[in-house]
Order: sequence, then structure tokens, then C-alpha cells
Amino acid sequence: MLNIINKSPYAAPAFDSALKTAVGSILLIEDGVYAAARGGAAEARVKAAMGTLKFYALAQDLEARGIADRVIDGITTVDYAGFVDLVTEHKTSQSWL
Amino acid sequence: MAKQFMFVNRKAPYGTIYAWESLEVVLIAAAFDQDVSLAFLDDGVFQLKKGHATKGIGVKAFEKTWGALEDYDITKLYVDQESLAERGLTADDLAIPVEVLSRAEIGKLMEAQDVVLSF
Repeated sequence: MLNIINKSPYAAPAFDSALKTAVGSILLIEDGVYAAARGGAAEARVKAAMGTLKFYALAQDLEARGIADRVIDGITTVDYAGFVDLVTEHKTSQSWL
Repeated sequence: MAKQFMFVNRKAPYGTIYAWESLEVVLIAAAFDQDVSLAFLDDGVFQLKKGHATKGIGVKAFEKTWGALEDYDITKLYVDQESLAERGLTADDLAIPVEVLSRAEIGKLMEAQDVVLSF
């Protein structure tokens, strides 16, 4: 299933809760994209989860926050059309609000 | 008489309206010639990250407004070192010059204020 995270991993427990629970794909949007940036404390958590989960991040939200140039290797960036594709490709979606 | 106003910013930009609302009140306080300082802790440090390109999400970027703070005589910008480090950032990643301090130092500055506004 598609797991959508829109909260910063540094400010809310949603990111950790999702990673502990999710099967399938993770899509990082809005403040959730801070988890996709290299160099922060969240990087190790993302990398550890990459073995079992596929990671995506929304390009427009990365650009808005000035971190599009530091996306962790292995995370696929998608635009809004790609977001829609992910929703349709997965049978269900869970938003970790 | 001017009072010491500190604005404590702890939220990332764009995801919520807090950061923008803070900036609005900062400019109002400065327009009333108050002694204004800004503290950035936790995800608030993300507000200052340089290179925001917000066209794709359809909102105004913060970067230009930070540059205008000096015109309002707002020069006291304090950033928590620990919050930067946890997020993989250094002062070089920020859009404007700031004073990087420890949490204890920021705590002391907060304690010394007449008014603290939390965002």
C-alpha cells in the first residue's frame, strides 16, 4: 500500500510510527520531505527502512524547502502527476496525519 | 518605552501557517519601534534554509523577507546549534547571517525578555 507522510520526522511521531508499521511504499510530501534530506538524524532511519520499503518524495515540496539538491540516494522524486500515478498503482493509501 | 520582544519560532515553513504568522507580527512589533529579537529552535531552523523555490507549491517564499528585516532594524537572530546539527545544517546553509547559540544561551536570552511570543 501507499503510505503518505506529511509531517517532519523531527517534529512529530508520524514518521516513526509509519516506518514501524508500513508495508510497500512511502511517499514523503509537505513537511514530510525533510526526512528525504541527507545529513540529518532521520537519514539513518530512512536508510534502515529502505531494505523493505520503497521511498518517494514530492519534488515541488523539496524545492520549496531548498533541499532538492540533497535527497538521499535511493529515494525517487515524483511530481504531482507522479503522486497521482502512485495512488492509482497501489490498491490502498494510508495518510499518516 | 520600548520593550524587549522575542519571537520563538519552532515550526517548519509552508507545512503550517505558524512561520508566516510569526513574521507578520515581527514586522508589526518592529513598526512600533520595539526591541525585537527572533529565536529559531527545532524545525524553526528550516525557515532560514537558503534556496527556497516555492513556485511549485504556489506560496510566497520566505527568503526575500528575511533580507528585509534589517530595514526594520531587526538584527538579533538567534539559532540553536543543536537543532541545526540534528537536521544536517550549518550556518552556511542559512539565507541570512545569524548568531548560532547553545540551547542554554537561548534560554537565558528568553528569560531576559519582557515579552515572549511563541510560534
